[in-house]
Amino acid sequence: MKLIKKEDLPGLYGYLASAGKKIFAPVRKNGMVSFSFTSAFEEIEMSYIQTKLSAKAAAFPKIEKLMKYTIQKEGQSYEPYDVEKFPGIVVWGAHPCDAAAFHPLNAVFTWETHDKYFTRRMENLLIIGLSCTSHDEFCFCTSVGVHPGDTKGSDIQLTPLPGGDYLAEIITTKGEAVAAAVPALFSPAPGLNKEELVTSVEKRFDHEALHAKINGMFDHPVWKEQALRCIGCGACTYVCPICSCFDIQDEGGIFGGLRYRCWDSCGFGHFTIHTSGHNPRESQDTRWRQRLMHKFSYQPQRQEVFGCVGCGRCSRNCPVDMNISEHLTQIMAV
Amino acid sequence: MNKLKEKAKELLSSGAVQVVVGYEEGTGGKIRPAFVSRPEDADKLLYNADCHHNLALYLYKHETKRIGKMAVVAPPFVLRSILILTTEFQLEEDSLVVLGVTPEEELIEFANFKEIETWVNQHPIGMKEKDREMLNRLNAMSRDERWQFWQNEFSKCIKCFACRGTCPMCSCFRCTVDYNAPQWISVGSHQLGNFDWHLMRAMHLAGRCSVCGQCGEACPMDIPVHLLSFQINEDIFKMFGSRAGLTLKKESLLSTWKSNDVENFIR
Repeated sequence: MKLIKKEDLPGLYGYLASAGKKIFAPVRKNGMVSFSFTSAFEEIEMSYIQTKLSAKAAAFPKIEKLMKYTIQKEGQSYEPYDVEKFPGIVVWGAHPCDAAAFHPLNAVFTWETHDKYFTRRMENLLIIGLSCTSHDEFCFCTSVGVHPGDTKGSDIQLTPLPGGDYLAEIITTKGEAVAAAVPALFSPAPGLNKEELVTSVEKRFDHEALHAKINGMFDHPVWKEQALRCIGCGACTYVCPICSCFDIQDEGGIFGGLRYRCWDSCGFGHFTIHTSGHNPRESQDTRWRQRLMHKFSYQPQRQEVFGCVGCGRCSRNCPVDMNISEHLTQIMAV
Repeated sequence: MNKLKEKAKELLSSGAVQVVVGYEEGTGGKIRPAFVSRPEDADKLLYNADCHHNLALYLYKHETKRIGKMAVVAPPFVLRSILILTTEFQLEEDSLVVLGVTPEEELIEFANFKEIETWVNQHPIGMKEKDREMLNRLNAMSRDERWQFWQNEFSKCIKCFACRGTCPMCSCFRCTVDYNAPQWISVGSHQLGNFDWHLMRAMHLAGRCSVCGQCGEACPMDIPVHLLSFQINEDIFKMFGSRAGLTLKKESLLSTWKSNDVENFIR
């Protein structure tokens, strides 16, 4: 455990920027806090409950260019984007939910096939976590196995102290390399109990019990009841730090173009529509069921990860208040 | 609002309807759409000025229609949406009980849609002051400034289609953006794709917008997307003298030709 003084944070930022890293951090703009690429430490908002979009775009951007292609008389050719040229990214100030979310995200992109775009971005990623000293009623991390002071996923974890300085925990070898490069910024930590510094989030249900229960609920009437007000948009999935569904698109002219992948959402009616016109998820309740079953039944079964870290973004941003923790609590009660 | 609760209970107990679509208190101080099927649940229904969801959206969805006959709690913008949807053959009068609620939070019962038509014509609704100010600000800008404004706004778009999902007038079973042969609109949320989407949607709503502003309310990225439709609505009023949602006449403004239509846009 170390201490980093608030006046030394710009020094840490400066070192990482001078090392060629792009720094993806919470920025307050137009009345909302969102992860954005920054060019100066002063842009960063260190005091926030939750950002609008999660930090997942650092490894899974909303548009990932895959390759350029050309079609000519002589034949077709394609040129993949060179992942070796991807910049190193620092996710700065990610709360424990966001830092923890990279693990289940990684489980998808390395399941059977190692996606080279995603894995390269992950290799290049450094995460500076930020323990939570406040939360709101949409936060429910403790119900899904994450805690406001968790260090999982972070390379260096900062915990705010009342005076404005930060406790700094060096978690991984990537974190150690940074701390070793700028040793003057870190001093020995005073004897403090970290647990007393972080906020306390009420546990509403137990995720292991939820997993055991939801596995057998495929045909339960609760889905129809809960999904009635769902409008079938993709807001919950796009703000989610773990939702990883994507579409692949070719855009261009007759003689060539660009192939990219972009976020897609199981909330959309046409998400599973077949070429024949048949849609195995023909109504909104089957799509809502898929969203929850995927996170709490299929992902734990197949990849041994939960698809939710309790950040609450889906609930905060849903236009019709489809509050996930309220719904999961109800599922535990039926 | 006791009258509303009483009426809902009465309709459900008598079996006149199987579900009442209304508003209830949600989480985090939010109001949300509610679906009440049992008389004893009617007490959770509420209505006040914060009820912004346009419930007309649910009246033609197969997920709600399969429950049975519906009653809907209808503030003025829902009443107008009901008229638009009726003229577009999306709603049938005998499939619906309309529980009108006035801005004064009083319940009005309508015997038929003709009475709704009369009522909405007697009670015009305007834009909110905040939206009027924004439109004035946008109109005072130069074309370049306006372009810059919308470029900045659309750069925030993530293409979650909450604006489409929440709009009763986006009633297409399959939206233009969902077609991929040919792919009319770029799928990705890049600059062109975002512009394609919002401009296409605005044009498809021309002459059909009930001015509820719900698309802007729904946007998680706080894009004032409703202003596009509001402005087109104003332009249409200037050009054709009519506003959507005030008539049961089955003639869509922009697909109906009249010999005295203004044609000064053809040059």
